[in-house]
Amino acid sequence: MRILCPYCGERDAHEFSIRGEAPMTRPVVIGVPMAEAVAALHDRRNPPGRTREFWYHGAGCRSWLLVDRDLRTHEVFGATLASGAF
Amino acid sequence: MAGGPQRLASGGATIDRGAPVRFTFDGRRLDGFAGDTLASALVANGIALVGRSFKYHRPRGLLGAGAEEPNGLVRLGAGSAVEPNTKATLVELHDGLVSSSQNRWPSLAFDVQAVNALLSPFFAAGFYYKTFMWPKSFWEKFYEPAIRRSAGLGRASGLPDPGRYDKVNAFCDVLVIGGGPAGLMAALAAGRAGARVILAEQDFVLGGRLLSERHEIDGMPSSAWSAQAAAELDGMPNVTVLRRAAVFGSYDSGTFGVVVSAAPGETGPRQTLWRIVTRSAVLATGAIERPLVFGGNDKPGIMLASAVRSYVNRFAALPGQQITLFTATDEGWNTAVDIAAAGGRVVAILDTRREVSPQLRALAPAAARIFLGADIKAGRGRLRLTAIDVVDRDGRAERIATDCLAMAGGWTPMGGMAIHLGGRLAWSERIGAPVPKSTPAMRIAGAAGGQLSLAESLASGAEAGLAAAEAAGHAAAAMAIPRSSDDVVTPFQRRPYAKTRRPAFVDFQNDVTAKDIALAVREGFAIPEHLKRYTTLGMGTDQGRTASLNAIEILADVTGHPSTELMPTSARPPETPIAIAALAGASRGEHFRPKRLPASHDWSAAHGGSFTEAGPWMRPRWYTRTGEADWLTTVNREVTTVRTSVGVCDVSTLGKLDLSGPDVAVFLDRVYTNLMSTVPVGKVRYGLMLREDGFVLDDGTAARLGETHFVISTTTANALRVTQHVEYCRQVLWPELDVSLVPVTDQWAQYAIAGPRSRDLLQALLGDRIDIGNAAFPYLAVKAFDWDGVEARLFRVSFSGELAYEIAVPASVGAAAFERLMDACVRLGGCAYGTEALGVMRIEKGHVAGSEINGQTTAADLGLGKMLSAKKDFVGKMLAQRPALAAADRPALVGLRPVDRAGRFSGGAHFLAPGATPSIEADEGWLTSVAFSPSLGHFIGLGFLRNGARRLGEQIRAYDPVRGRDTLVEVVPAAFVDPEGARLHV
Repeated sequence: MRILCPYCGERDAHEFSIRGEAPMTRPVVIGVPMAEAVAALHDRRNPPGRTREFWYHGAGCRSWLLVDRDLRTHEVFGATLASGAF
Repeated sequence: MAGGPQRLASGGATIDRGAPVRFTFDGRRLDGFAGDTLASALVANGIALVGRSFKYHRPRGLLGAGAEEPNGLVRLGAGSAVEPNTKATLVELHDGLVSSSQNRWPSLAFDVQAVNALLSPFFAAGFYYKTFMWPKSFWEKFYEPAIRRSAGLGRASGLPDPGRYDKVNAFCDVLVIGGGPAGLMAALAAGRAGARVILAEQDFVLGGRLLSERHEIDGMPSSAWSAQAAAELDGMPNVTVLRRAAVFGSYDSGTFGVVVSAAPGETGPRQTLWRIVTRSAVLATGAIERPLVFGGNDKPGIMLASAVRSYVNRFAALPGQQITLFTATDEGWNTAVDIAAAGGRVVAILDTRREVSPQLRALAPAAARIFLGADIKAGRGRLRLTAIDVVDRDGRAERIATDCLAMAGGWTPMGGMAIHLGGRLAWSERIGAPVPKSTPAMRIAGAAGGQLSLAESLASGAEAGLAAAEAAGHAAAAMAIPRSSDDVVTPFQRRPYAKTRRPAFVDFQNDVTAKDIALAVREGFAIPEHLKRYTTLGMGTDQGRTASLNAIEILADVTGHPSTELMPTSARPPETPIAIAALAGASRGEHFRPKRLPASHDWSAAHGGSFTEAGPWMRPRWYTRTGEADWLTTVNREVTTVRTSVGVCDVSTLGKLDLSGPDVAVFLDRVYTNLMSTVPVGKVRYGLMLREDGFVLDDGTAARLGETHFVISTTTANALRVTQHVEYCRQVLWPELDVSLVPVTDQWAQYAIAGPRSRDLLQALLGDRIDIGNAAFPYLAVKAFDWDGVEARLFRVSFSGELAYEIAVPASVGAAAFERLMDACVRLGGCAYGTEALGVMRIEKGHVAGSEINGQTTAADLGLGKMLSAKKDFVGKMLAQRPALAAADRPALVGLRPVDRAGRFSGGAHFLAPGATPSIEADEGWLTSVAFSPSLGHFIGLGFLRNGARRLGEQIRAYDPVRGRDTLVEVVPAAFVDPEGARLHV
């Protein structure tokens, strides 16, 4: 799989590590009640198809990215910097 | 005759008669030509028997002439360079080649295990599962080893592979897979359009079927045309032609795996793994002929008709004296023409069809007898085919003497690569086989897409090549399709499978017969995927290339389902067998992964250092001195030296992150469990980080170098994980905080100077460059200073529990700095110490490390509960309060020592109450870290004990069945040396 990193260009998936599905809004981990913190950590929709995930370009620019891809076909539609996404 | 007794006097598209080659097969010295394959040279030498079958040890000859070969697996070379299970049809013949047959003993002609064939009624599919069931323990000890010995392929050498392997990354616009007529046209079309093209061909010559057929293209022999096309491609700067290149897999985003083998005699890597990324691919892998299924269809001398044409036309080797043909298509007749033209003798042509066109009939050589609507009841002969029992359409039986039978049962397109990523096949009525569908990512051309005739192949190849180039932005005018002698493809007529009592093979390599398929259906395995698992059909190294469609047709006959509804089992990479060594490349042995060496490495290696892996680093475990009997003596000496004098240890491998920016203090308050915003400039604070789920992530120090500038440290093993976590916090959680982060682990060399004389050492070394008196530079101070023109940092921190410092310098001067430190150290009677002494001293002090911070422990478990600040929120705070994480009876950190001080124990032992029967229920915790303490003269340990904090003074057992120990131990506080920490502040 190849991911189009906004800084480094198209790079092989080996350079990245996946964190998992990204929520629609920025994750909040401090200053929230227990139920919300548990949900933020564990609840995933895991849709069979197109989804948005957190990937980390550890062997490149160290950016956290939001990668838009299809979980069935592995087609990558694009990637944006997570820092400006929410 | 030069080049073997069965070599034709003329012809042969790829052999070089001017380059004779000598080789051996099973010890026999034989002759061939450069340009032969091992298989064609064997045919030219009249050798029909090349191997024994997998299960029944039946004598077998070559069935094919290429990648489809199921029988002709040989062992190449000798000694450590031996390579078993190689297809003789793909081996490029070269002078001095040593080859031998496999799976036979004592010899190929007389194999004692051929007795298996007599027992074949008992060895049907599923035999092992049903028979070797009892007694159960016999499977592992007796049945399996016995079966593995008798049923098998070749043996590996058991020695390290002496070959070199390497990897290449390549990028292109168009990857063309296969260099036959369609592939050549696709590469020419895309190459002429200016696209970056890679053409990968498994063979050592481009041309594919063009080399094996007597077609004409543009008025010249097809082999000459392909040589011309190959020359043009070789001359194009934008085209890379890979010969001997097996494309084995199609992966996401246009990535392909290819193993390219060196030519015989070529220096350099034996095989190179190419990872090719392409915008799109053209699949032109051709089609493979299907055998016909009849009793005794595996006798040596029975081959595919296409293979016979390859041997005759490409290699000028005649596979028999009296050749017969058994055909369900027009190919049999074309083959007869080619054999006759080469001067061979065609005895008979048997067509399964009841009617053929007069034009086809007119092709038959005059001497050949013609049987229409014919079937073969049996192939006869022991080590070689001698006759066939023929039944004509009126039921008349007749025995015909023959030593070579060519079978033409239709074509199977090689579309496997098209379905690696989930693509589908569609049944083609015209060719009676499933074909893959083109997609923009992979266009199918030629016979792989069911375009069987030469004209169709050339046209579809050009079309696919142009479209692929255009998709990559290289528009081109349409390409002229060369004129070719056309071979009209008559629609395929399905031949019902005729039942026979004799073994009629479907999968030659795995010895699966038509009867096995019928049996599988009776037992309920009636779809191709189930059939495969039950009978092992298609599981051989040939991936069932010659078997899959015949199996489907027989399955259709037996079950009554139309074959068009039964799709072959899905193909997965690797498409062809590849050596593990090729995947590993150069990453073997000590090159398995990059080795990182700290700046002090050379000094350590020269001074008795013995090294161990720590994360990606090599660190010295200890420094052996002459006369020291064992490592424990050495480590005891190092610990005692630090505790009484001074020692130096390289701690550069710990992770270092440089953080700066106006919001850095706020940021660190959220990342660490304790407050970092209150650390004064010029001070260091120990800190703890939690994961989001509340468990401890890592510990380390945060040094405040300026109001808005910190350097934090991580453990060696967690450096990357912590960097990733802190980057997540910075970029995802709080991008509004103005903080910059730079990992500087590699940029700074850092050395610990520990022991009561550490200040003396620094004083001697640094003089008045920095005031290190206790008042000016107290415990937990940090200061940057100029060390003879080098920017250096001094920290007063301690992992050993002694008066200690860490000095950091740019890594570029790290080696020189270490030498100066060691000079000063040795002058004071100190020594360098390694990770083992470091570990002993941290256990003596009760400091937690990787064995304790293992991802399953909370701050409270580690005795660090009071580091969770109540004044602020931080990552993991809320979830650390979940009931199971906050439970009072969780195992907590304690210190342990043997009640009998001479006793010993080891990490991994579990705690049991005295008198308790060992069981999971009785388990009360475990020992995590153990060391012999030279300071105390006995073993000490750290561990997690249920309710640990409230059980000090109790006696429990450290139960260790693995090492056969059961030691009575005493629970003590987790600090054995200087528990008040007085030594830190002197």
